[in-house]
Amino acid sequence: MLALFARDLALAIRAGGGFGLALAFFLILVTLVPFGVGPLPELLSRIAPGILWVGALLASLLSLDRIFALDREDGSLDLLATAPIPLEAVALAKAAAHWVTTGLPLTLAAPVLGVLLNLPAPGHLWLLVSLALGTPALSMIGTFGAALTVGLKRGGLLLSLLVLPLYVPTLIFGAEAVARGVAGQDATTPLLLQGAITAGALAILPFAAAAALRINLR
Amino acid sequence: MVTLAVETLAVSRGGLPLLEGLSFGVAGGEALILRGPNGSGKTTLLRTLAGLQPADAGHIAPGPEALAYAAHADGLKPTLTVAENLSFWAAMFGARAIDAALDAFDLGPLRDRPAASLSAGQKRRVGLARLLVTGRPVWLLDEPTVSLDTAATAAFADVVRAHLARGGAALIATHIDLGLDAPVLDVARFRATAPADRFGAAWA
Repeated sequence: MLALFARDLALAIRAGGGFGLALAFFLILVTLVPFGVGPLPELLSRIAPGILWVGALLASLLSLDRIFALDREDGSLDLLATAPIPLEAVALAKAAAHWVTTGLPLTLAAPVLGVLLNLPAPGHLWLLVSLALGTPALSMIGTFGAALTVGLKRGGLLLSLLVLPLYVPTLIFGAEAVARGVAGQDATTPLLLQGAITAGALAILPFAAAAALRINLR
Repeated sequence: MVTLAVETLAVSRGGLPLLEGLSFGVAGGEALILRGPNGSGKTTLLRTLAGLQPADAGHIAPGPEALAYAAHADGLKPTLTVAENLSFWAAMFGARAIDAALDAFDLGPLRDRPAASLSAGQKRRVGLARLLVTGRPVWLLDEPTVSLDTAATAAFADVVRAHLARGGAALIATHIDLGLDAPVLDVARFRATAPADRFGAAWA
């Protein structure tokens, strides 16, 4: 399992692997928003938590279709399925590698990008915490969606349609935690709920993803 | 000594029955050559044995954990080197050493080349070398000699012979003569009746 995780990281970092793609997308998206809504500091700081969370969510969506599709194309997925490692562990390792290459950089970059949107001072910390709690769920749910669509040619669009509704609870609680943090209110409840979603996704979805893979490999 | 035993197996692809009533055995140290026209179900049979799809009926022993499957695709990552690709599969199968596998297919000079820069035949050799690092006793090979030149084909036959001499077994779907002393099983004799006759030719 560690070998698979390490291989996926190496693949992501080498040429054409897509590492940094999500981060660059996030950066561009966040820079575009002030052009669209106008440079009003009050307006920007009001919408900053939502924009940053939606941006992170869309950015992590970008590389989802690579999770299994490339392995399917070159035959690795068949060989992984016949390897001693269970497919549940394959799904978990893939989700972990996806998180390290997209979720983690997004989490670390978001507070810096918050400055561009005039996010008020205590909000940066809450943004960091809520993204750190929420992005693993995005990667795990996305891995499940990728497993569902792995047999389809150009399944990327269908994957987005399947996965985005499942991202809604994470988005609501994530943006709410940041908004409450900015307003100086107690953000414990949305953070706890968000942690619960992440924990639930990590507990259940590897099995669902493995079941979807088994059906798609037939 | 491991023995692959298949009894009254029935397999289908995409809902179409392809083979039925298939029974055969391969003892340790033996190979069996699968023959049959395109679409007769050789690949489907091998995928079923490897545990990638369920059988419609019948019994297979041992389970997939004793079988190493080599498909049409080699499962190589273009940006990883030959040695990195093989080391990954070695780690997945709990093995460490890849040098013997590299030597068996004369891949030593290529070990630090990225797989993207290999020719089709060289990629195939790396894909076959993967069989050696799995350490599994029964090999399921689907057209293993595609894109191999004469010398590489002979080297591959030697590797199979060495594997059989160690007590392993091999089930090989191929249309060329590998020079192995092995019986031939024509799967066309076990073709399932009805729909597959009408549509069978569509499944290559």
